[in-house]
Amino acid sequence: MANIQLKDVRKSFGAVNVIKGVDLEIRSGEFMVFVGPSGCGKSTLLRLVAGLEDITSGELLFDGEVVNGLTPSKRGIAMVFQSYALYPHMTVYDNMAFGLTLEKGSKQQIRERVTKAADLLQIGQYLDRLPKQLSGGQRQRVAIGRAIVRDPKVFLFDEPLSNLDAALRVATRIEIAKLHEDMNNVTMIYVTHDQVEAMTLADRICVLRDGVIEQVGTPMELYETPDSLFVAGFIGSPKMNFLSGDAAKAYNAHTLGVRGEHLNIVPEGGKWQGKVIHTENLGADSYVYLEMGMEEPVVVRLDGTNSYHTGDVVHISPMEDKLHRFDDKGKPIR
Amino acid sequence: MLWSYTKTTAFYALVLVIVVISVFPFYYAILTSFKSGTALFQVDYWPTSFSWDNYISVFSQGAFPRNLLNSVFVATTTVLLALFLAVTAAFALSRVRFRGRSLLLMTILGVSMFPQIAVLAGLFEVIRALGIYNTPWALIFSYTIFTLPFTVWVLTTFMRELPIEIEEAAIVDGATPWVIITRVFLPLMWPALVTTGLLAFIGAWNEFLFALTFTSSNLTRTVPVAIALLSGGSQYEIPWGIIMAASVIVTVPLVVLVLVFQRKIVSGLTAGGVKG
Repeated sequence: MANIQLKDVRKSFGAVNVIKGVDLEIRSGEFMVFVGPSGCGKSTLLRLVAGLEDITSGELLFDGEVVNGLTPSKRGIAMVFQSYALYPHMTVYDNMAFGLTLEKGSKQQIRERVTKAADLLQIGQYLDRLPKQLSGGQRQRVAIGRAIVRDPKVFLFDEPLSNLDAALRVATRIEIAKLHEDMNNVTMIYVTHDQVEAMTLADRICVLRDGVIEQVGTPMELYETPDSLFVAGFIGSPKMNFLSGDAAKAYNAHTLGVRGEHLNIVPEGGKWQGKVIHTENLGADSYVYLEMGMEEPVVVRLDGTNSYHTGDVVHISPMEDKLHRFDDKGKPIR
Repeated sequence: MLWSYTKTTAFYALVLVIVVISVFPFYYAILTSFKSGTALFQVDYWPTSFSWDNYISVFSQGAFPRNLLNSVFVATTTVLLALFLAVTAAFALSRVRFRGRSLLLMTILGVSMFPQIAVLAGLFEVIRALGIYNTPWALIFSYTIFTLPFTVWVLTTFMRELPIEIEEAAIVDGATPWVIITRVFLPLMWPALVTTGLLAFIGAWNEFLFALTFTSSNLTRTVPVAIALLSGGSQYEIPWGIIMAASVIVTVPLVVLVLVFQRKIVSGLTAGGVKG
């Protein structure tokens, strides 16, 4: 249980400013996701919260107390690393018990807590194995288990799923979501560059770009009312279409944003028309890529399969109430 | 086809030459150590006679058993001391960011440029000043100095290769640097420790110049010096048989050590801890 506050937090490595003044409040028990493209500073921000990096300036508060100078273990955090970072020479049991033995808990107590966490993650039968005898998914569970055992106030995840294959990633994602429900008094911070993970897991998402926060909000707030062109383009899959020029001018905007799912292909008299350059059928839905003289092709998302062919010219119409208008600075016009 | 045969033949011929050059002298030493009397001066390539006389006399005359113990003590202590200092230094040099780190590393490497003879006089004065002349500590002190650059350098390189995440995970688990070194890094560093430790041991075990200079009495000498100073019944007699027996005796521990520890040099010990 911890409420985390960042007050004008900055971090520089030598002359390079990585985090350029972040103000953020993470509520106690919340699942906060830091998302952004590579190099935006999201991992650095997490490491600042963890205490693995020193904060250059600004304040970090846990429950109103400044923790800038505290070591990670004193802050009451636990962290799951991207590469698992298990101790290769220790069995799964020892890996999970390591932190507790350093705290000098009784053997009995340690065994109870490790067993409980192992049961929760269904790794009870692997306790005597070494990490190298486990699969990637199992290693990731051990890493999560090692964090759970310490009964942290704050749980930090640094891209925990990026080393897993696609199927396992979805399964583990669901488990992390369940874990959050079970441990509803633990604040969780999760770093990812995958907006799908961010959308599915987060209570609130913090979109970062070049070391500053672009927008903080619930997944639906970001999806429906993005505060900038960057957020609009980053959240949602397929990416939001951006129309400029005459198409945008007709709506009094510099750039017009419309999501693929908010475009309809109409037989005649559509707002715009374009030439099909590519189609993708995914079964449940399908994407049609249209060449409309913009920088990037316009994507239309259709339910079910489609029967358009490359070279077809089609008419499209947007859902008027789902349009996003942006001015020349990339800010929304509402 | 012909070329590949030639290559194979040339390869094995070279192997044979290397084996003969490196193994034959030792083989001949063993052979000689079992001979006695004038048989010593006959050239034989196969055992002709067999007697333990030389071995018995090596242990019964002079201070040879004492010299052997000195060697064991000096070499072992040197290895332990050097590894302790090197592991802690390597941790700092590989994992702690501080000003002048690379300069320090280069300096450490630079120290090993100086030949023994160049520092002999200076070191002699230091040892006299410390009051450890003619004790095993003089040798341990000087051997550690000469072993450390190599040991520190190898362990630093090895420690740099250890994934940083493992260390960070330990930090998050509440481990102090000392706990990280002893309980996380050391078990992962076995291969490097064994290799450098073994080389340090061999170096200390074989060293001659310092051992000759920093000791003066028969009771503090190490084996290499003792062997060189073995003398026969008269000024004109060189006790070849005894010298050979002593040489074989000092070689055996090294061979045994290498055989024992080659099993310990396990690669891929870090596998499984992190992805990759």
